[in-house]
Amino acid sequence: MDLYRDNILDHFRNPRNYGTLAGSATRVSQNNPSCGDSITINIDLSQKGKIRAVSFTGTGCAVSMASASMLTEFIKGKTSTEVLALQKEDVERLLGLKLTLARIKCALLPLETIHQALHK
Amino acid sequence: MLFKPSKIASDFPVLQRKIKGKRIVYLDSTASSLKPQSVIQETVRYYEECPVNIFRGVYTLSEEATEGYENSRGKVAEFIGCPNSAEVVFTRNATESLNLIAQTVGRTLPAHSNIVSTVMEHHANIVPWQVISGEKKIPLRFIDIDNEGRLKLDDLEKKIDKNTAILTFTFISNVLGTINPVKEIIARVKKINKNTVIVIDAAQAVPHLKLSVMDLGCDFLVFSAHKMLGPTGVGVLWGKAELLKKMPPYQTGGEMIREVQLEKTVYNEPPYKFEAGTPDIAGVLGLAKAVEYLENIGMGKIREHEKELTVYALGKLQKLSAIEIYGPKEATERGGVIAFNLKGIHPHDVAQILNNDNICIRSGHHCAMPLHHRLEINSSCRASFYLYNDESDVDALLQGLENTAKFFLRKWC
Repeated sequence: MDLYRDNILDHFRNPRNYGTLAGSATRVSQNNPSCGDSITINIDLSQKGKIRAVSFTGTGCAVSMASASMLTEFIKGKTSTEVLALQKEDVERLLGLKLTLARIKCALLPLETIHQALHK
Repeated sequence: MLFKPSKIASDFPVLQRKIKGKRIVYLDSTASSLKPQSVIQETVRYYEECPVNIFRGVYTLSEEATEGYENSRGKVAEFIGCPNSAEVVFTRNATESLNLIAQTVGRTLPAHSNIVSTVMEHHANIVPWQVISGEKKIPLRFIDIDNEGRLKLDDLEKKIDKNTAILTFTFISNVLGTINPVKEIIARVKKINKNTVIVIDAAQAVPHLKLSVMDLGCDFLVFSAHKMLGPTGVGVLWGKAELLKKMPPYQTGGEMIREVQLEKTVYNEPPYKFEAGTPDIAGVLGLAKAVEYLENIGMGKIREHEKELTVYALGKLQKLSAIEIYGPKEATERGGVIAFNLKGIHPHDVAQILNNDNICIRSGHHCAMPLHHRLEINSSCRASFYLYNDESDVDALLQGLENTAKFFLRKWC
């Protein structure tokens, strides 16, 4: 049960930043058809390009939901340049586990969606 | 003979295996069945005793291999109630069998035709027809299901018309478990259009119940060896002789020819016309052993056993408020497959926790995304039964689901 560390279970059970954002936030949805995970990211950038507010909604496995919860917490206050530089290894560090082939797509879906939102 | 799953299980080497010191609870036979020793032994025997090509040599080894291969064809034909073994074509799997029909019959359809399928199909019975529909610019229609996952027969009568060239549908749904009333459907279709070619995807039926192609009245029927205790790499296409004769070849090359000149070729007769190149000889021999194994036990007994297990499992699962089950409520209407969701937990997480106890279930869309969309779900868990399963496997599943719910949600119903 190594995959489901306490921090992952905690974020899965009590996701942070879950919900929508009012106002002019950028909204991007992505899904992972092969396992049916879907996620919507809402990002509000300041004029200086800092992430003022971020939230997510979606359904998926514990890994994808925990990843979204942790990432949204992590990127708040960072610049979009900093966030765009985040990679797989950073997600692994946040989750505290090495991603297996079977779960890599679940864990990276939130980051990919965030990147897409920032490119918009 | 008394039906004893524990005795049957002893014929399957993998079920003797322990992982992390625990036994294997195999509940994914819908994806692929396990293989008994006799099937494994037969493929080994081929490679040890006569590992040579068929139809080519006049030497003893080749004659033995050829005889074995053709005897297998006869055995398979008999097993599906077909008196003419030339109507049995060996392919790679049911998917290839369906592609073969699409690329031959489908490709030669007249303009203004339409093709009809159903929303409960496996991707293998949707995508090949989408290709034909796109290429020939002809409609592809899908028959809907009701709330219990049964085909809506009144919708069938709306979708089939005078121009319906092909109706292709599954005998048993690989997700819902629904056993479709094939004979009744064919009778209704033939009343509307007697020329509609009927294709049956029997990948989930041939392994689990006795059927006869003559009795069903279909034109084509396809299935895979690996879901019926046989090796991977072999599939079957059964087709009516007069149709096989008219069809153009699917693939071309060696063995499917009668005569080749540099300018032109005369094709061989069916079934050889559709078996280009050296086939999976060991696999075909193994399939015949699988048929033998199933017949020794009896398809009627296998069906009864699976029905009993399904009644048992459904009865237990239906009592749990955390479980949502898809498909018919009555076990008599379904095969030994149950798709469900544990509310609030993604199927991948369920399957992952079950794996801690070597409980093998499928999670995801089971190659039936359109059906999942129709059910308005992203994915599901699926447990399926075969002759080697018994009530202790169902109990293990239930315990595993309880563990999963407690682990993620800290509660159980």
